[in-house]
Amino acid sequence: MARMSLDLTVNGERRKVDVDTRTTVLDLLREQLGLTGSKKGCDHGQCGACTVLVAGRRVLGCLVLAVTLEGAEVTTVEGLADGDDLHPVQRAFLDADAFQCGYCTPGQLCSAVGMLREVGEGWPSVVTPPGATVSVSSLGPDEVRERMSGNLCRCGAYVNIVPAVLAARR
Amino acid sequence: MNDVVRPVMQDAVAAAPTRVDGRDKVTGRARYAVEHPVEDVVWAWPVTSTVAKGRVTEIDASEANGTEGVIAVLTHANAPRLGETDDAELQLLQSDRVAYRGQVCALVVGETVESARAGADAVRVRYDEAEHDVVLDARHPAMFTPEKVNPGFPTDTSIGDPDTAFAVAAVQLDATYTTPTEHNHAMEPHATTASWGADGTLTLYDSNQGSTGVARVMADLFGLQVRAVHVISEHVGGGFGSKGTPRPNIVLAAMAAQAVGRPVRLALGRQHMFSLVGYRTPTIQRLRLGATTDGVLRSLVHDVWEQTSTLDDFAEQTAVISRMLYAAPARRTTHRLVRLDVPTPSWMRAPGEAPGSFALESAMDELAAACDLDPVELRVRNEPDVDPESGKPFSSRNLVACLREGARRFGWEQRDPTPGVRRDGRWLVGTGVASSTYPARTAPSQARMSIGSDGVVTVELNAVDIGTGSRTALTQIAAEAMDLPTDRVRLRIGDSTLPPAMIAGGSMGLTSWGSAIVKGARQLRELVGRRDGAIPEDGLEVTADTAEEVRAVSGYARHAFGAQFCEVRVDADTGEVRVPRLLGVFAVGRVINARTARSQLVGGMTMGLSMALHEEGVVDVQHGDNVNHDLAGYHIAAHADVADVDAMWLEEHDEHLNLVGAKGIGEIGIVGTAAAVANAVHHATGVRVRDLPIRVDRLLGRG
Ligand code: FES
Ligand code: FES
Repeated sequence: MARMSLDLTVNGERRKVDVDTRTTVLDLLREQLGLTGSKKGCDHGQCGACTVLVAGRRVLGCLVLAVTLEGAEVTTVEGLADGDDLHPVQRAFLDADAFQCGYCTPGQLCSAVGMLREVGEGWPSVVTPPGATVSVSSLGPDEVRERMSGNLCRCGAYVNIVPAVLAARR
Repeated sequence: MNDVVRPVMQDAVAAAPTRVDGRDKVTGRARYAVEHPVEDVVWAWPVTSTVAKGRVTEIDASEANGTEGVIAVLTHANAPRLGETDDAELQLLQSDRVAYRGQVCALVVGETVESARAGADAVRVRYDEAEHDVVLDARHPAMFTPEKVNPGFPTDTSIGDPDTAFAVAAVQLDATYTTPTEHNHAMEPHATTASWGADGTLTLYDSNQGSTGVARVMADLFGLQVRAVHVISEHVGGGFGSKGTPRPNIVLAAMAAQAVGRPVRLALGRQHMFSLVGYRTPTIQRLRLGATTDGVLRSLVHDVWEQTSTLDDFAEQTAVISRMLYAAPARRTTHRLVRLDVPTPSWMRAPGEAPGSFALESAMDELAAACDLDPVELRVRNEPDVDPESGKPFSSRNLVACLREGARRFGWEQRDPTPGVRRDGRWLVGTGVASSTYPARTAPSQARMSIGSDGVVTVELNAVDIGTGSRTALTQIAAEAMDLPTDRVRLRIGDSTLPPAMIAGGSMGLTSWGSAIVKGARQLRELVGRRDGAIPEDGLEVTADTAEEVRAVSGYARHAFGAQFCEVRVDADTGEVRVPRLLGVFAVGRVINARTARSQLVGGMTMGLSMALHEEGVVDVQHGDNVNHDLAGYHIAAHADVADVDAMWLEEHDEHLNLVGAKGIGEIGIVGTAAAVANAVHHATGVRVRDLPIRVDRLLGRG
């Protein structure tokens, strides 16, 4: 089976890996790098549990082949906190009880971090009124719901996740 | 009857401890079934049948065996033989018979998940296909009367002469409701890591709702002593009933590990979860309500038709809710079942009550309209003094208080009952209500409690936290019972070598486990007291068992109650339904941790909303099983579907329940939600949707 070696940065650490060309980013993280924080909910791009950040942008780890990540900078849930200091989104999730089983949570957290950055850069969403500008400070619950809809939560923690995301805005 | 004091909310939620495992879950440190480091581990992937009925005539594994990285291909011809248990779905790879589409007919083991999957793709299976029968129909000639309905209720019940009472009733409602196949879909797929020790012991990291029973079944299947099986379930990514007993993943992983002599990981693919882990049966329900003109029920008949597989009889207890929710002098409930060429249905959150409440609570709404009565008032008028079938008093019953409090908070009083008249731009607006209820039960459990000379108490029992917050709540219960701060309590759960305990299911986890802990704490404190508080160097230990307390016959009917209020907006042109508000007010006995309790209730209501509007396993008449086989085709509520869902509860003291005084809250949140939504949709549009989910095509052109 074809293999390739590649260099990438994961949570700030340079990693040199040798991968099966069929391996997804998600399987690379979970099976080869021991970073099991990113979850496999569907392996099909339909649940968001595998959401990680590549160069700060949200991607679905199960839909990206590892070999496309030469030189990339990947951040997973394990890389959000600064040592023992939780990322504001993590802190807010804890305080708002924005999860139950916790299986969708790493994806929700990475997605929220990436989403807030998209908003900061002025990206509109389907619910942004035409011509309006969006900003992190003016973000409302409808925008958060729309933008987070790629992250399913079967435990039904949505009504706690949305306020947590809003509370985490720095 | 016990007194209701006042709704307890925001402050209680804010004051409740956050989850003890919360930090692990938000940092990615919490480990689930296939995430524990294991040396030399390989992967397995199932091959499933593409026909719905017949025999496997040939499995050509030559190409698969030649695939790089493939270690073994197991089929019915070479798989290890299994012992008997009472779950036929677990007799995996034991015969050539195909009982449904999507049944496991081979298992490929590979060095990596990629090679196992590539190998599975290369397996060629040939069948002798027989004609299948997969469509549920109330007039199916093979309909039969099951012996009992889950988990042991009588199949049919009857009091008085409901037919005559209905025939002479001034107001009659006769309507049929249906609910489709629904799938649990916990976010963590069913998954197992299995390894055999040199001494023949079997270690399993497994995603389940309680490993005491899992270990027992695995021992029976593999011919082992229970003590040779060790099941560890540290974190579990949801279950909703589908992980209440062992499912194929754990058996296949153990088989594969035995066959290849190495540890094996197996996480089912999402697509597998449509056929291999149970689901909620579709139901057909006929409700006949006969009432006086002022809305007092004289007759209540609830007849149910549903399906099971040809492997096992599972009869959902759909009409059981109609045995206790309202008074009526004449009443009957029946369940009929048909064996189809489909996977075996099983538990899904509030089996029975969830689909049953959709029919009963929709019918009550229709009856209210027929009697020109407010739906809250109609329910109040049919409040029974005692449990209508058993005649036992209720240990506590605060349905009316929930309805009244909910109505007040929701702003129900100003409601104009006329359907289809409120418009806000393109939106038709309406509100609806439904009652919720779920049995408050407890099951025998044991807990080992010890205190060290440092005064730290260790609590050990085989409970599990599937997301409910039990790790947190049990720590609180133990601390309170020992009169210690929570940081002096160590709790160990999720391990089959710990004292046996109830599963996280039937809304009985916390009540059962908590009772064992309270009992253990009493024993331990007594022991410490007898020694005047002097704790020896090696500590003191007790093991409590609640079997006796639980089995003692109660003179009370014990149930939790609630009321759900819903506002919908229906797009007048497209039929799109939005739910801006959903409020549940519950009476569930004592609440241990308001923060996690609210999450669980809201989570159940959110799943109920999803059931109302989205979830539908579409029967594939041509090929068997469901047409929609992934999370794109089977939509579960996403962020954008859920706006303001809130849950609160009344303070309720009930001494006739268990040592914790709690009723259990895992299931009641989903009971009644779908009816509240459907009733609101009717109020908004004038269209009565009697078939779930409330799809756009069911609304358009019918208003
Ligand atoms: S696992 Fe990647 S989207 Fe579901
Ligand atoms: S917390 Fe369980 S799926 Fe979201």
